[in-house]
Amino acid sequence: MTTKPQTLRIADREFRSRLIMGTGKFASGELMAAALEASGAELVTVALRRADLSGRGDKFANILEYIDAKKYVLLPNTSGARNAEEAVRLARLGRAATGSSWLKLEIHPDPQYLLPDPVETLRAAEMLVKEGFTVLPYIHADPVLAKRLEDVGCATVMPLGSPIGSARGLETRASLEIIIEQARVPVVVDAGIGAPSHAAEAMEMGADAVLVNTAIAVAADPVGMARAFRAAVEAGRLAYEIGLAPQRRYASATSPLTGFLDDAE
Amino acid sequence: MMRSELELVELSRWAETARADDVERALGRRHRSLVDFAALVSPTAQQPEYLEAMAQQAHALTIRHFGRVMRFFAPLYLSNECINVCRYCGFSRDNPILRVTLTLEQVEEEARYLHRQGFRHILLVAGEHPYFVSRTYLRDCVARLRTDWPSISLEVGPMETEDYRPIVEAGAEGLVVYQETYNREVYAQLHTSGPKRDFDWRLETPERAYAAGFKRLGIGALLGLAPWRADAIALADHAEFLLKRCWQAHLTISLPRLRPAAGEFHPLVRVSDRDLTQLVCALRLTFPEVGLVLSTRESPKVRDGLVPLGITMMSAGSHTEPGGYTGQGKERLHVTRGGRLIASEGEHAEEQFLIADTRSPAEVAAMLARKGYEPVWKDWDTSLN
Repeated sequence: MTTKPQTLRIADREFRSRLIMGTGKFASGELMAAALEASGAELVTVALRRADLSGRGDKFANILEYIDAKKYVLLPNTSGARNAEEAVRLARLGRAATGSSWLKLEIHPDPQYLLPDPVETLRAAEMLVKEGFTVLPYIHADPVLAKRLEDVGCATVMPLGSPIGSARGLETRASLEIIIEQARVPVVVDAGIGAPSHAAEAMEMGADAVLVNTAIAVAADPVGMARAFRAAVEAGRLAYEIGLAPQRRYASATSPLTGFLDDAE
Repeated sequence: MMRSELELVELSRWAETARADDVERALGRRHRSLVDFAALVSPTAQQPEYLEAMAQQAHALTIRHFGRVMRFFAPLYLSNECINVCRYCGFSRDNPILRVTLTLEQVEEEARYLHRQGFRHILLVAGEHPYFVSRTYLRDCVARLRTDWPSISLEVGPMETEDYRPIVEAGAEGLVVYQETYNREVYAQLHTSGPKRDFDWRLETPERAYAAGFKRLGIGALLGLAPWRADAIALADHAEFLLKRCWQAHLTISLPRLRPAAGEFHPLVRVSDRDLTQLVCALRLTFPEVGLVLSTRESPKVRDGLVPLGITMMSAGSHTEPGGYTGQGKERLHVTRGGRLIASEGEHAEEQFLIADTRSPAEVAAMLARKGYEPVWKDWDTSLN
């Protein structure tokens, strides 16, 4: 039997790639563009605060110029917003400036660990869904919050593996498993994925996609690292679709002690 | 609460006496306390092998938390009027210098120049003068610049929370206030007249600013006024306190070294390039997520060298006198004697201090690109204010 890779469906769009890329922290726009290409990503997030929202074509805020709108689905994010009102304001300006109504909703009032505010995120998600945005919220790995966001109409949930930029992997594993088990929308593991093995682990668990930024952006060779993550995500997903061999506590003996029992008995 | 003076004295003593194993322990930790910080600023930690180890870790942490990017900002001096006597500052009240306060139109003209250079984050600086640099004046400056400037910060005389609010509402995002020195004795000797004499009033300024809604808080010590290790420890203590107390604010720390200025003041304490480097690394290792600011006070050599070690914000092509960018305010230059203004002619208003890195913003941006860093001109948006 050959397994045919399943596509990822978010809202009304299909994606072949399950690696979503972030665009911050790169040493240059050119390098970022090359890493995007190598990653095979089709969905790309960009911080609206770094983009020109004035409509004047500001060449000193030109991050969007490096992202080919024909190749990628743009996922603007509200990083920098500290409450629902700021996020909504930024989202509206972002939609006007980029033409994309897809939104990665990020609200982190704490600038040290950039941990998401669950209360404000839920509030903002409700408002934004009503305004016609396709909302992908960044959240702590909180299963109840994930269901609440699903209920108000979010297109995915994006729980964190560990804090943004920490490269600590899936520290929230137990909660991620519950979220994946209960979700009716795609689950994207976002933040803290520091190595291809972390990405593969998330995919093997049944996450629908992962979002990676820092680990690729600050690598000595971001293009090479993008390729490594691409391979890891594909491997992890394929393994999940095939189904991993169940883990056992004990070795299974090749000469079983119960072999004397007669099947026909 | 911040630590008591006694505790800080003990930590400073620790910093002077820390041994190799103390430094190694501090280097090996995942989370570092102020005790570790004291070991990292110790003379022992300045040995080349430790300093290099600190620099390597500081570089890795900075890259991980901030990426290969550098946030740019430009200072715009509004006024060099001042009612304080600070012995080291060019603007000090009794210095017979040419002074001016820019009109709102002149401020806009200077800002337009900086905007053309690429800057989108601006720091409005002024001496402390309740009449010339009034609350209303500051609010109006911010209101005029709001549309074109995604991030506006102020470095002006401390105010009450209530007085800050209209300025925040007008669109200001950040407030910078340096304690200058955390050594109360030295502070009293250097600030001999004016409201700035009140050490605690100044120390509590970031908390009042936060209460008023400022989202970016900048603190710092002017290195060269008092023994730097003790000042560094008190500064780190202040940072630790603010991170907990003002948890929603972006905290930045500046490390200005005293520069030549009007008034013939000479640094009381020498802070070498090696000292400054050690301090940058120690701060980064202790506070991985805090922004570190380096201005044009420092030479190109030091600035370029410190870029990878933890600096996250830089200015470039700066002028430290009002009207310095486009010659605004020339027709209104004056000197002040006994509180009276006497019209006077001259080329330009006096600067606060001499800058050491005179490269243009484009040149500094090119240097950063060569080092593998992207200069970020816009990293905020008006809609977030």
